[in-house]
Amino acid sequence: MADFFLHTIVGLIILTFLKALALIVPLLILVAYLTYAERKVLAAVQLRKGPNVVGWFGLLQPFADALKMIFKETIIPAGANRVLFVLAPMITFGLAILAWAVIPVNDGWGIADINVGILYLFAISSLGVYGIIIAGWASNSKYAFLGALRSAAQMVSYEVSMGFVMVSVLLCVGSLNLNDIVLAQRNIWFFIPLFPMFIVFFVSTLAETNRSPFDLPEGESEIVAGFFVEYSAMAFALFYLGEYANMILMSALTTILFLGGWLGPFGWTWLPGPIWFILKILFCLFVFLWVRATFPRYRYDQLMRLGWKVFLPASLGWLVLTAGVLLATGWVPHVSS
Amino acid sequence: MIATIGFYVFAVILLASATMVVTARNPVHSVLFLILAFFNAAALFLIAGAEFLAMILIIVYVGAVAVLFLFVVMMLDVNFAELREGVQRYAPVGLVVGLILLFELGLVLTGWHFAPSAAEIRMSPTPTALSNTAALGNVLYTRYIFLFQLAGLILLVAMIGAIVLTHRERGTARRQRIGRQNARQPEETLAMLNVALGAGIDEIGILRPLPDPAPVGAESHALPHAAEPH
Repeated sequence: MADFFLHTIVGLIILTFLKALALIVPLLILVAYLTYAERKVLAAVQLRKGPNVVGWFGLLQPFADALKMIFKETIIPAGANRVLFVLAPMITFGLAILAWAVIPVNDGWGIADINVGILYLFAISSLGVYGIIIAGWASNSKYAFLGALRSAAQMVSYEVSMGFVMVSVLLCVGSLNLNDIVLAQRNIWFFIPLFPMFIVFFVSTLAETNRSPFDLPEGESEIVAGFFVEYSAMAFALFYLGEYANMILMSALTTILFLGGWLGPFGWTWLPGPIWFILKILFCLFVFLWVRATFPRYRYDQLMRLGWKVFLPASLGWLVLTAGVLLATGWVPHVSS
Repeated sequence: MIATIGFYVFAVILLASATMVVTARNPVHSVLFLILAFFNAAALFLIAGAEFLAMILIIVYVGAVAVLFLFVVMMLDVNFAELREGVQRYAPVGLVVGLILLFELGLVLTGWHFAPSAAEIRMSPTPTALSNTAALGNVLYTRYIFLFQLAGLILLVAMIGAIVLTHRERGTARRQRIGRQNARQPEETLAMLNVALGAGIDEIGILRPLPDPAPVGAESHALPHAAEPH
């Protein structure tokens, strides 16, 4: 049996399919409950109760919402570009799922353990902007288009500083492989020596996922709902799911780059690696929600200023500093593989 | 075998989408087909074992350059009927230029002689013990460091040139100076007054404080009373 799965082409395809299923199903459940958690956390911050009617403590609320979305009518506006209009939510959601192919949940547990894993993640996350631009353009609506333009400028800007932060982490690791990045943190998690970069990276992920306080592409008080004003039913739900899946992805990326991936704190091993990994992701997600409940939305010029005039010089300067310290102390990692 | 099938699939899609880039009526569709072409080129790189180049192709071209393309094309007000008319008029000229190019390329390719060992060197550019990325870095940052730096310098000059050419200082723009806002003390902006009953502050001659005198040059066109919101 094991021979069939590991040594024949059909077996390998089935095996990969099963692995992908084993990752995607928990991921989708997490996405569903993230929407629930968001409402509960926001409610707690605002001294309300949040969803508490459907199921025990409102636990069935995500499924009720999903069913409602499925039974709604999909409306395609008359002036819309039909093909692209339908394609955009699929791109958004598909990309958010696609990136998970390389995330290592435990030592060597990634579905694809590729040498350029971090570049793959960076590439996929930079593609996310297409779903939004295409949606904004294909809707043939000014609010949607304004939202798409804002989002394009925002995501391209913050990607630059995210890239530099990643490079300074990679300098300390000496490999682009996500597994190696986590293993390089056995002695110390990178958020301690690279603390300013950790902050820059986390704020950039907020901007990259269009989450508050950088949710200008949606800006409901100015441009209704931004790029997805014209969407309804399942297409709307796909945008929503894509946003939450992206949040989870970015939390996983933060965990891998700065919080030691599946490694326990203080070298603890009394919980298995995947549990640590999930706990860290949940922590990051909680901060996402906490930020949303706490900060008002940025003005657009302030957002651009923060990205280009603060984060970019800071991350570039820190990159030079990291390289200098590594060279001066002789801690430059040896590139073996 | 899978690699061969993959190669042909990606190559066919690449060529088809490249054709669509030229022939698509809607320029936005053209750009989207261009992105599809980039993707398939990246897949071909992957099959050739150049994973670093494949990812960089996607990050740089699809993630940044094509976004800006799409951005610009969407903002353009294109008249499709006029565009099509132009195609018919200029098609013969384009065809002639294309044929000449094809002929010249054919001449070059048929007249080209490979050294016997050249093919082998080309087939195995990376040392076996080293990953693709490390091998590339070893060559790029040692032997070709000056060319690499030069390329960076040229890009920087081009970028600064573009900014200088397009940047236009409009004196009427109001800017927020965050440093100054943060440095401001309550004493500078607040005044406690005992105002007589029934008298507004206008009547005792107190107006909102004027902005600082504008620095010479940058904001000389600023209207005197168009102060930043205090």
